[in-house]
Amino acid sequence: MTDGKGAPDSGAPALLAQHLSKTFGGERALEDVTFSVAPGEVHGLLGQNGSGKSTLIKILSGFHHPDSGGQLQIYGKDVGLPLSPGQFRSYGLAFVHQHLGLVPSLTVLENFVVGDLATQQTGFINWAELRRKARETFARFNLDLDPQAPVADLPQVERALLAIVRAFEDIRAEHEAHGTPGILFLDEPTPFLPKEGVDQLFTLVRGIVREGASVIFVSHDVDEVMEITNRATVLRDGRLAGTLVTEGATKDEFISMIIGRRVEPFQAVPQDFTTKTPDISIRNLAGGILQDTTIGLHKGEVVGLTGLIGSGFDEIPYLLFGARRAATGILSLGGHDLDVTEMTPGAAIEKSIALLPADRLGAAGVGELTVTDNMTLPVLQQLRNALGLDRGGMRARAQELGKEYDVRPNAPLMKLASLSGGNQQKVLLAKWLQTDPALLMLDEPTQGVDVGARQQVFAAIEQATKKGSAVLCASTDYEQLSQICDRVFIFARGKIVQELRGGDVTKDRIAEQTLLSLSLGRSADTTLESGANA
Amino acid sequence: MTENAAEDSKKSASRWTRELERYALLIAWALLILFFSQVAPDSFLTWSTFSSIIFGSQAVLLVLTLALIIPLTAGDFDLSVAAVLTFSAMLLAILNAKLGWPLWGAFLVCIGMGLAVGIVNAFFILFFRIHSLIVTLGVASFIQGLILWVSGSQTLSGVSNTLIEWVIVKRLFQIPLAFYYAIVLAAIIWYVFEYTSVGRRLLFVGRGREVARLSGISVTRVRAGALISSAVLASLAGIINGGTTGGADPLSGLTFLLPAFAAAFLGATAIIPGRFNPVGSVIAVFFLVTGITGLNFLGVDTFVQNMFNGAALVIAVSASQLVRGREEQGIT
Repeated sequence: MTDGKGAPDSGAPALLAQHLSKTFGGERALEDVTFSVAPGEVHGLLGQNGSGKSTLIKILSGFHHPDSGGQLQIYGKDVGLPLSPGQFRSYGLAFVHQHLGLVPSLTVLENFVVGDLATQQTGFINWAELRRKARETFARFNLDLDPQAPVADLPQVERALLAIVRAFEDIRAEHEAHGTPGILFLDEPTPFLPKEGVDQLFTLVRGIVREGASVIFVSHDVDEVMEITNRATVLRDGRLAGTLVTEGATKDEFISMIIGRRVEPFQAVPQDFTTKTPDISIRNLAGGILQDTTIGLHKGEVVGLTGLIGSGFDEIPYLLFGARRAATGILSLGGHDLDVTEMTPGAAIEKSIALLPADRLGAAGVGELTVTDNMTLPVLQQLRNALGLDRGGMRARAQELGKEYDVRPNAPLMKLASLSGGNQQKVLLAKWLQTDPALLMLDEPTQGVDVGARQQVFAAIEQATKKGSAVLCASTDYEQLSQICDRVFIFARGKIVQELRGGDVTKDRIAEQTLLSLSLGRSADTTLESGANA
Repeated sequence: MTENAAEDSKKSASRWTRELERYALLIAWALLILFFSQVAPDSFLTWSTFSSIIFGSQAVLLVLTLALIIPLTAGDFDLSVAAVLTFSAMLLAILNAKLGWPLWGAFLVCIGMGLAVGIVNAFFILFFRIHSLIVTLGVASFIQGLILWVSGSQTLSGVSNTLIEWVIVKRLFQIPLAFYYAIVLAAIIWYVFEYTSVGRRLLFVGRGREVARLSGISVTRVRAGALISSAVLASLAGIINGGTTGGADPLSGLTFLLPAFAAAFLGATAIIPGRFNPVGSVIAVFFLVTGITGLNFLGVDTFVQNMFNGAALVIAVSASQLVRGREEQGIT
């Protein structure tokens, strides 16, 4: 705790960003954000999804061009905005993203030196020398990494450590050239790490700031931010909500700054179905990160699943559908007990289960095929005449569904990819809703969907519940969950830690409980059971 | 042919480009014929040239191309088709000509061999999850070895006249029957691709495996079916080749592989651009054969064949990319 603290405050800040704004097609994603990071400081960057965190980082990495009027200084030197992609390197900035950017099939050493190999022209690579240097660096940070081992063989923690040390070495090279210690951005490095892994990572971060560099630590986990940072900047709805000095700030202060206090927008009144026996029940479902989860569902009910990244809630639809292999689990539906470990998508569809995956053009529909082709795929059996598939009937069906769900333009022969995100989603929702599923499962149903289409997607979901479908919706969009769900389950570390119903299904309440979920998960690992065991 | 590009699109200009693209290969074929009729000897533009050389001689290539587009549509390459063709012709010659088996018995063995190769391909590709290119390349080489072994590297002749008669001697409008067999096969594949749910599944498996899987399609079964179909059809192409040449030699059948791939990809630029389709394949085969025949009439050396096949493929696919503004090719 003490190692990295007490940031030096002499001279210019390591990074000073002033009045940064970014507009996307009329929407302000970031508005007049100003913050600074001191040399040798660990600085937290917090905010909910859509708060502008990633926009800010993408401006600093040169991916987005900010609106004019913003200024950026690095170690007191003015830096012209916008930065071009990759230009950040020459200012001593380095980024480690959640995906780490390692090639698993290559060795630790090859991954470690890939930056040098990409930029330097050498006819001869002195592997022995590189290996020696890598060992030296690893030893300096007390890392037990074998340069010859393939990255695929490393546990997740060591991969993250490798990526961080690699990024730090880039900064250090710049340091030697220009004398500025550099700034390392860690963009949500922890969600997939076990607790000991996080400790190891923090030890490394402390080692890095001890060498004079600054670290910007982006995270959802308030506990972690409170443990490692000196100060933290919080963004909310694209604006600066404030900067807190970690020492002396309470967790409540952090959380209320992240969520803010605001008037709740209109929302449907959640219904309470839980007095009745569930029509569909999921029992002891486990697989991937998810552990032993039991949920009961009612006809006409919309149940939300949420949690922080890595909490496992988003695996549930895929496990139930047989898209990913479940370790254990029983699904009771229509009076039958189905073994989820044996489930396949084909069998799930036969049992009247539908899944709309989040990856719209990768898993839900084929962009280069037409709206008709995509919509009619699950119901080809119904669209036959004596001569085979009734092409006219298929088009008519697509036209009809397009009208019902207000797809614009309603052109059945258009390629799916040429529709807007919202209209693609209406097409793909219609694809499944025409089968009147008993259980409809949605993963992030309105990601990348504009506001107008969002309401239509909600209306379509409501329509399905009126016809008797039970709906499971996995999402990290708390506003969406509050608008459509009757109940919301919050997950942490693969388990349900909280169930919200009735008046508790509000955006702020879901956000607050999700931010607290990790502490709930830690303190009550085994005691809290789902309230829906009925 | 129901996939008109965006009928509802208000931009009729782009609709016309799309329509033009669909028939560009057909137009190019007509222009090629026109060109050779001007520069080649008069004997080029006669029905006998067309009936026997252009339509008649290439039924084997046509059947092989049609065999290929099935796994290509499902997203898999089958490089073993030419080897299966050659092996099938060789088995036919050995069993029928050398050992005196009746034709139907020899046919059964040939087709059974095709079935077996298809199953082997599918097993290695799907069970071990190896890329189809690697498996079928290895299997092709293995079969070539088998062919040399069973034939003792000899060319065989003496296949039953009945077969020869039913393949090239009997004619309708002066075109040998083999041509009609290929056309009937093209029609069947067209029907399956366009008017059956099997065809839809094949398309979705090729274009979006994950989408297909999450829509309840058994991707493994569809891919296996496609690979087995191509091998069986290749063995039929071998039987037709046996009837065309009256025998079998251990090597010449292998030269069909590249033209068949060229025709399949060339055909995917026509009629339903961006998709492997049987009508496009038929036009592509005739386009290539016309070009090569025309060049032969001009007295050009036979090595021009390879140059023409290769150049036509690369130029045609590049041209269709230009039309679509270099969007990612869906085929492969």
